Amino acid sequence: MSIRVGEAAEAPDFRQAAHALLANKQVRANVRRATETIRNKRANVVGEMPDWEQLRDSGRAIKRRVMRNLDNYLEQFEAACTMAGGQVHWARDADEGNRIVTQIIQSHGQKEIIKVKTMTSDETQLNPHLEANGITPWETDLADLIIQLGHDKPSHIVVPALHKNKAEIRALFMEKMGLSDLGTRPEDLTAAARTYLRERFLRVKVGYSGANFAVAETGSVCVVESEGNGRMCVTLPEVMITMVGIEKIVPSFDDLEVFLQLLPRSATGERMNPYNSIWTGVTPGDGPKEFHVILLDNGRTKVLADEESRETLHCIRCAACLNICPVYRQTGGHAYGSIYSGPIGAILTPQLQSMEHSQSLPYASSLCGACYDVCPVKINIPEILIHLRSRIVENGDRGAAERIGMRMAAYTMSDSGRFSGAQKLVKIGAKPLESLGLPGWSASRDLPAIPKESFRDWWKKNKQ
Amino acid sequence: MLISLFVACYNDTLFPETGKAVVTVLERLGHTVEFREAQTCCGQMHYNTGYRPEAIAVMKHFVETFRDAETICVPSSSCVSMMREHYPKMAKDAGLELEIEALLPRIYEFSELLVDKLGITDVGASYPHTVTMHTSCHSLRSLHIGDRPERLLNSVQGLNLVQLPAADQCCGFGGTFAIKNAEVSTAMLQEKINAITSTGASICTAGDNSCLMHIGGGLSRQDTGVKCIHLAEILAAREPLTNQEVAVQ
Repeated sequence: MSIRVGEAAEAPDFRQAAHALLANKQVRANVRRATETIRNKRANVVGEMPDWEQLRDSGRAIKRRVMRNLDNYLEQFEAACTMAGGQVHWARDADEGNRIVTQIIQSHGQKEIIKVKTMTSDETQLNPHLEANGITPWETDLADLIIQLGHDKPSHIVVPALHKNKAEIRALFMEKMGLSDLGTRPEDLTAAARTYLRERFLRVKVGYSGANFAVAETGSVCVVESEGNGRMCVTLPEVMITMVGIEKIVPSFDDLEVFLQLLPRSATGERMNPYNSIWTGVTPGDGPKEFHVILLDNGRTKVLADEESRETLHCIRCAACLNICPVYRQTGGHAYGSIYSGPIGAILTPQLQSMEHSQSLPYASSLCGACYDVCPVKINIPEILIHLRSRIVENGDRGAAERIGMRMAAYTMSDSGRFSGAQKLVKIGAKPLESLGLPGWSASRDLPAIPKESFRDWWKKNKQ
Repeated sequence: MLISLFVACYNDTLFPETGKAVVTVLERLGHTVEFREAQTCCGQMHYNTGYRPEAIAVMKHFVETFRDAETICVPSSSCVSMMREHYPKMAKDAGLELEIEALLPRIYEFSELLVDKLGITDVGASYPHTVTMHTSCHSLRSLHIGDRPERLLNSVQGLNLVQLPAADQCCGFGGTFAIKNAEVSTAMLQEKINAITSTGASICTAGDNSCLMHIGGGLSRQDTGVKCIHLAEILAAREPLTNQEVAVQ
């Protein structure tokens, strides 16, 4: 098996990555401005929904049902999609998914594809795989195009180029598109991208997408987006390939009613996405003549197996947790070393990799709980962060010093005599502690003076 | 009423004035306070850092100590949050479900005890300072403490309460997070410090000395002149008012 989440296994730990990013004032300013804008829009459109909490409960209930019966729903999806003229493939891991995509493209003698709305392809590192096989992938989502042209990495789940501002994007377009002049308004930038992409939409024969939802009952696939590039990407080519994580299944078409309310309001602060594309198999004379779906596991069944954290798979990739997170706000998404950043990334990335990599991520949180409050499907992210910390400790991956320290502290705290003794040691250590400082703490914060008398000593003297 | 004080381990060791203040306020209101000396800690640091079996050992000791206490007062939202959110799950592992279920309704965070259980907002304090209130994440999102602290503070003579901007934003403490990810924690702290100093308050208060230790450490390092003090210490205070301040009342 080669389960992989992009290059997360080789990424520096969160603290190191954050160190560099905290020094980048431009990125931090861009991240703050963008996340504040989106979270305010979200708050407005969520606030106007009297039944928001019930919708969240419904979303959660549907996802719980999916996870309990995932095997059945997947087989139901396969049958329905096949019946509608689609071809369903199963991929155990990243390499298998990539190979299937390449074989389909090669079987049609094609050398390029147009792509849209896919995080799973970042997860499997599809683009480098295609390029190594002589196939050129063209990203058509505006933000993904910005990332691809700049040889950059996505820093946000919904707005992958959120760390870039208008001026930076203009300079990039001029250089990479070979433009001698370009206006400065957002309209000018999108017009340049439109011209650049339109030619490819009309030329390329194979389209590729991810999916927001896959409907078991009908075998339908659903993609939501704002630009219309996705609509072109999934309708113009002759051959269409969709790779989707197995957790994206919803049981019935009616269930989309819940998620198509929860997702746009949570993600972009819109009441509805401008483009909602739902397609089912193939229809002669209308759209692609051939449709392939690849159902990707890549670590998901292992996440499913842990009942305490399986609700991680409920995620609908709205990124509301990123936009509200005070940690993400400081560092942006690159600190998380994965396509999945922010609070959801901190629980998803390590779990997909069987807790063998990205172990600094569950600690990249102050456990403030804001992510849980905004999650449209009520994933208890703080609780899962703590659970993953305990899995790391159980695996013995936290180092002997911390383990011994924690055991000693627990031993001390289970008996008031020992605790009282420890308090006296703190007092003896207070002077050197104050003068030397506490590593990590004292760079920015003064330590409180250690009082001469603990509360319990005061009580003994004065109240007994 | 006999009220049993669970002072919290870090208050006991580092912030004894908070414990004394709770005693002062409750006795002023005519109640009797007891301090069970067997008490130690709630186990939050262990639990949140991933040391669950160790946390369960500490929880067992807590249950043992307070099993028969009628009313328990805790001047720390984060400890109460630990008990309400995590003890029920940990109890299953420890075979203590019934004990925990019986104990939890008797545990009150300090401002909950005053406003809900004792039904009082004016505790007879006077504190002629401009104060801003930091709402800790545990009190905001776990305990849903609401306006209880503000109601208590608004009843203090001479006190001028000013609103903290972006009050729902975490201060960046987060227990061991403050050390494990010290730089990000510090960046979060800086935003909180900017918010606090923008209010013109000379005092920042909260129901949690954990946040206040972090915020106060930063305010002190940057020599802002703003001091941090636990809510209980303000409610215990009886500072004399000037004639002008009395007139404003």
